[in-house]
Amino acid sequence: MGMTIAEKIIARAAGLESVHAGEIHTVTLDYLMSNDGTTHLTIDMYNKLRNPRIADKSKLVWIVDHNVPCDSPKTAASQKKMRDFARDNGITFYEGAGVCHQIMCEKHVVPGQLIFGADSHTCAYGALGAFGTGVGCTDYLYGMVTGGSWVMVPETIRFNLTGKLRDRVTARDLILTIIGLIGANGANYHAMEFVGDGMKNLTMSDRISICNLCVEAGAKTALMEVDDITLAYLEEHGGRKPAACFKSDDDAVFEKTYNIDLSTIVPVVAKPHFVDNLAPVDDVKGVKINEAFLGSCNNGRIEDLRLGASIIKGHKVADKVRFLVVPASQEVYRQALREGLLDIFMEAGAMVMNPNCSVCWGSCQGVIGAGEVLISTGTRNFKGRAGDKNSFVYLGSAATVAASAIAGEIVSPYTY
Amino acid sequence: MGSTLIEKIFAHNIGADSVKAGDIITVGVDRVMIHDIFIPFVKDKFEEMGFTKIWDPDRTVLIYDHLVPASQLDDPRHHHIGDEFCDKYGVKNVHRSDGICHQLMTEAGYVRPGDVAFGTDSHTVTYGCVGAFSTGIGYTEMASILGTGKLWVRVPETIRINIEGTLPANVTSKDIILTIIGDLRADGATYKSLEFAGSTVDAMSVASRMTMSNMTVECGAKCGLFSPDEKTAEYCGLDGLDDFLVTLRGDDDAVYSKVLNYRAEDFVPVIACPSQVDKIKPVSQVIAEAASMEEGSIVPSVGLIKDGTIRVDQVFIGSCTNGRLEDLRAAAQVLKGKHVAPFVKLIVTPASRKIYREALADGTLDTLAEAGAMITTPGCGLCCGRTGGILTDNEVVVATNNRNFLGRMGTSKVNIYLASPVTAASCAVAGEIVMPGR
Amino acid sequence: MEQFKGKVWLLGDDIDTDIIIPTEYLALKTVKDMAPYGFSPLRPELASKIRPGDIIVAGKNFGCGSSREQAPEVIKALGVRAVIARSYARIFFRNAINNGLLLIENDTLCDDVKEGDEITVNVGESIEYNGKKYPISALPDNLLDILEAGGLVKAMQKLNGII
Repeated sequence: MGMTIAEKIIARAAGLESVHAGEIHTVTLDYLMSNDGTTHLTIDMYNKLRNPRIADKSKLVWIVDHNVPCDSPKTAASQKKMRDFARDNGITFYEGAGVCHQIMCEKHVVPGQLIFGADSHTCAYGALGAFGTGVGCTDYLYGMVTGGSWVMVPETIRFNLTGKLRDRVTARDLILTIIGLIGANGANYHAMEFVGDGMKNLTMSDRISICNLCVEAGAKTALMEVDDITLAYLEEHGGRKPAACFKSDDDAVFEKTYNIDLSTIVPVVAKPHFVDNLAPVDDVKGVKINEAFLGSCNNGRIEDLRLGASIIKGHKVADKVRFLVVPASQEVYRQALREGLLDIFMEAGAMVMNPNCSVCWGSCQGVIGAGEVLISTGTRNFKGRAGDKNSFVYLGSAATVAASAIAGEIVSPYTY
Repeated sequence: MGSTLIEKIFAHNIGADSVKAGDIITVGVDRVMIHDIFIPFVKDKFEEMGFTKIWDPDRTVLIYDHLVPASQLDDPRHHHIGDEFCDKYGVKNVHRSDGICHQLMTEAGYVRPGDVAFGTDSHTVTYGCVGAFSTGIGYTEMASILGTGKLWVRVPETIRINIEGTLPANVTSKDIILTIIGDLRADGATYKSLEFAGSTVDAMSVASRMTMSNMTVECGAKCGLFSPDEKTAEYCGLDGLDDFLVTLRGDDDAVYSKVLNYRAEDFVPVIACPSQVDKIKPVSQVIAEAASMEEGSIVPSVGLIKDGTIRVDQVFIGSCTNGRLEDLRAAAQVLKGKHVAPFVKLIVTPASRKIYREALADGTLDTLAEAGAMITTPGCGLCCGRTGGILTDNEVVVATNNRNFLGRMGTSKVNIYLASPVTAASCAVAGEIVMPGR
Repeated sequence: MEQFKGKVWLLGDDIDTDIIIPTEYLALKTVKDMAPYGFSPLRPELASKIRPGDIIVAGKNFGCGSSREQAPEVIKALGVRAVIARSYARIFFRNAINNGLLLIENDTLCDDVKEGDEITVNVGESIEYNGKKYPISALPDNLLDILEAGGLVKAMQKLNGII
């Protein structure tokens, strides 16, 4: 029986010829990423170990991105703990460079790798043909100390993509539609694998957007094949070379296969308070908003900013609406600056912020108050996610968000 | 007997030939500024007082800046109250995310030379940079002005400060005003008007004068005034100075409670040490003192001493004191081709949307971003200490804002140093307190 | 002539408004919510110990810093009867009068008095402590008017004929 991409990556990490779904194996990890959400907790546990040691410092990447700039003494203390430990132990450390998953894609991840991240959206690295999965700080600690972990090999659900997205329909609309289709636990503990003729019509940014959100369907990881687009991205970003390029075998076994024609996808939103609470944008037109957010590891890349800027150019943000635009990394910020995009947003009345998780994280920057409504390219819309427990979050594409910011209410991305 | 600058402004306002220090007068108010953090209180008091309309809505300006972007759940409530207030009472001058109130009030043309203005913020003294009388008041008094258009003031005595000559390299108007505050102390100008003059002042941009006016409240002053000149006229969009404005300078025979004379060449880079604004020392002295402190120790009100220097954890460049284009450019000049030191954070917050865009256009923000700066949207940012770079025990921040009180930017054990943008940027590169331009 | 006694809480010079009520509490809904945090950066225990009728004695430049009116309001909400300081920052001074908080200036009391001691205030005339009399002056008429009205809000209410 052939293997899926997920099985091949785990086999490689386990040093085995082959593995199959359902088996549990011990693996060596290629990277261990942790951010300021939980690293301080990992450090506390580490310091309580009788024999604390780090198996391979070069595999650790620590990134401060959630509360940047820092919002409270408590957060400052946890960030300081992380920073001091990184400095004292020679751990690769980023603070202010951008959102963790964006940094990992821009600078570290290569195809074939098996990566643990102390953050649920680690599944994003599937866009680069790597198996990334989110873990808690205890699993992280184990990986930090031993260099490895155990994994149960997941089943794979395959998505065969054909055709091309229509104008102003984005990868965000695609993945939201898929999540709406299979449900919030429709891929529980599975790998979601994306293949097909349609892949060549998806940029690396699109692919990251797609893989990033798979955890919202319960997926363990998301995966894609390596192609010219992947290699070009790696070349542009530090001339990185793949560790291994995997494709699922012709006789690999998939639990289920979905065939999706990209040209059938329409602009959609996820309504409060669940990521799979899907509706076409047209169904929610007219919902008044207080705030709009363009950013996050899902949609904070140059392509998203270009799309948003092309819509808002020549228009103004609605009078009492707060529109935060937050590039996902310093690299994106600078490119957006040079392309004149930041000026377009500032001229329109938006608030451009430094790269960080911002509104998506919902704890300290652009929080929404009681009764307020947000439309966002962030990853989640659970009750209270963006602020007050009595507030409402709609998730949508960069185009939908930008158009809605102008209108002051949710509108179709074709409005302007 | 001649008049001081403030006596002339007040006399003109009440239509008198002259007034003298000590007189209690009632002024007609030209403009008021209310910001987001206090609008709920202003509204409550205004309505509690029984007023049903604002004396002149066009003279009222509402600016959201302390809570932009919102960082606590209660922040949006302030904005909603502000929006309702404007709708109810017909206030059209609202700025919801255009930058810091004190920057906007002159930048957007609300306050002009000779005006009498009040604001619900102590740094309202800032507009003295264009030769206006402006000062901070509480929200109760603001409510009374909204209803009546008037306020009682006691004409202050004036301390005249003459500064002649050319500033040395890497010495800025921030160093001047910090030095003056160090000399006068935190209460040395209480109830007084500070009146600045001299060739050094004449040579300054309005932006540099703004830095000085802004900080006069830190030595207790009621206002900090500069005579309007052609630069002022250009900044304010005036065709020129009219007959009244050209007289706005202290007369030779005016009576001053004190006259301070400074030579520009004597100023050196200085720094306000934790945790008082008037704890001023030359940067060189702070460096020398650190060299003799115990290596590896954390010295209270100083910071961590490593390799004989004070470690810097964070640098903040921004605020109504030093968030203007010339400040950002000065920082960019230091940072060009260099990088923020490892494990050090540099946060840059331009003072207004206009400045942000100008700094985009001229490459300043790109230089700063390339060096590793986190550039945030215009607003008060870290200065008001709610978010924007909060710190924890024993961390050291070098900031270009105007206050370093205990607990201002985090815990009571955070060491806040105030300095010029040049000094601050230099510290960001070095990761320690260093002389500017090193 | 008005007279009252009170227990002393002693503070130093340059007590700024960030100490009196830190910015992080300014968005709390009411002054009553803020009062427990009064003086917390400097003396975290003080707010819970102050009793109605107590008096704060301080050095120079009391209330320097921000224009936040919550500073005198918090002091009043804690029940402080009066503040006696060497000198006051000017915005704080106006705000306090506008809120009916009695401020008295005296140059030497803060050097002599000990925390916990009792003093007697003869308003507009003198302070008595330990057998010694410290002279104080009356406020200017226009400020007395506001204080006597019960603060600026009441003065304006009278103006608008609603009380």
